[in-house]
Amino acid sequence: MKTAVIVFPGSNCDRDIAVALEAVTGVKPAMVWHGETELPSGLGLIALPGGFSYGDYLRCGAIAARSPVVKAVIEAADKGMPVIGICNGFQVLTETGLLPGALMRNSGLNFVCRDVPLTVDNSQSIFTSGYRSGEQITIPVAHHDGNYFADAETLDRIEGEGRVAFRYAADINGSARNIAGVLNKAGNVLGMMPHPERRIEAAHGGTDGRRLFEGLLEAVA
Amino acid sequence: MKLRIIVTLKNGVLDPQGKAIQHALGGLGFDGVEDVRAGKIFELVLADGTSDEAIDEMCRKLLANTVIENYRVEKL
Repeated sequence: MKTAVIVFPGSNCDRDIAVALEAVTGVKPAMVWHGETELPSGLGLIALPGGFSYGDYLRCGAIAARSPVVKAVIEAADKGMPVIGICNGFQVLTETGLLPGALMRNSGLNFVCRDVPLTVDNSQSIFTSGYRSGEQITIPVAHHDGNYFADAETLDRIEGEGRVAFRYAADINGSARNIAGVLNKAGNVLGMMPHPERRIEAAHGGTDGRRLFEGLLEAVA
Repeated sequence: MKLRIIVTLKNGVLDPQGKAIQHALGGLGFDGVEDVRAGKIFELVLADGTSDEAIDEMCRKLLANTVIENYRVEKL
C-alpha cells in the first residue's frame, strides 16, 4: 500500500511514522511538504504526524489546518481516503473540522509523556480491526494539549455512532469521557493522541501500535 | 482601520490555565479571586473599507475556534 506522511515545519514524529508505515507496508511512504498543493496519486493512507506544527502558534494545529496541502487532504478525506492524525495530527484534524471537538491544555497543566493503558472502544473501524472491542492495550502519549473537549450533545452523538475508537483506561489529561481517539462519521478518518508508531517492535516495549497499522492494511487491502 | 479582536473561552469550557492563574493570585495573598478565565487579544490593521463580513470570516475561519471560543470585535 502506498502511503503519504504530511510534513509541517515543526513536525517531529514524521520519521517515526514513516518507519512504522514502511515496516508494515513494505513501501517507503511519500513525505509531502506542507506547501504542496497536490498529493501523490494512488495513495491508500495519509498520515498527519505528531509534533509542534508552526510552533503551536495561535492554537495547536490551527495554522497547519489552513496550509495548502491540508486542503488536498480534506478533499481526499471527503472522497473516502483513509487519514490518520496522531497527536498534533489529531489537533490538526479537529481544527479542519474533519473531526468533532477540540484539544485543550491538559487539565493538570503538565506535559504528559509515558505509556498509558487504552481501551479499544470500537474494533469495527478500518483502523481498529486489529484489536478486539474492550481489549486493553498499551501505547505511549507525549502531549501538553490532549484534553479532548466537545459539548455534551456532540459527545452523546459520537458515542452513539460508535465513533470513539480508544479511551484512556484512567484519566490522564482531563479528556471528556476519557476519549483518546475519535473517528469521523464515515469511519475513514481517525485522530488519536497516543502514538501507535512508537510501539512497532518488541524493542520499543511492545507491538500494540503495530497492530493498528497491520489491521488497517488488512482492512483496506 | 484598526481593530481589536477579543477571543474568550465559551461558558462551560474548562480553563486549566485560568484556574492556575487563580491559584497563583491566591498564593500572592489576593483573597476573593472567585474565577479567572484566560483569553487572547488580536490587534489588526486592515485596509479602510474592509467589510464586516470579511472581519467576521477572519474570526470564524482562523482567529477563534468556535468549538470552544467566542469572539468580539472592537473598532478602535
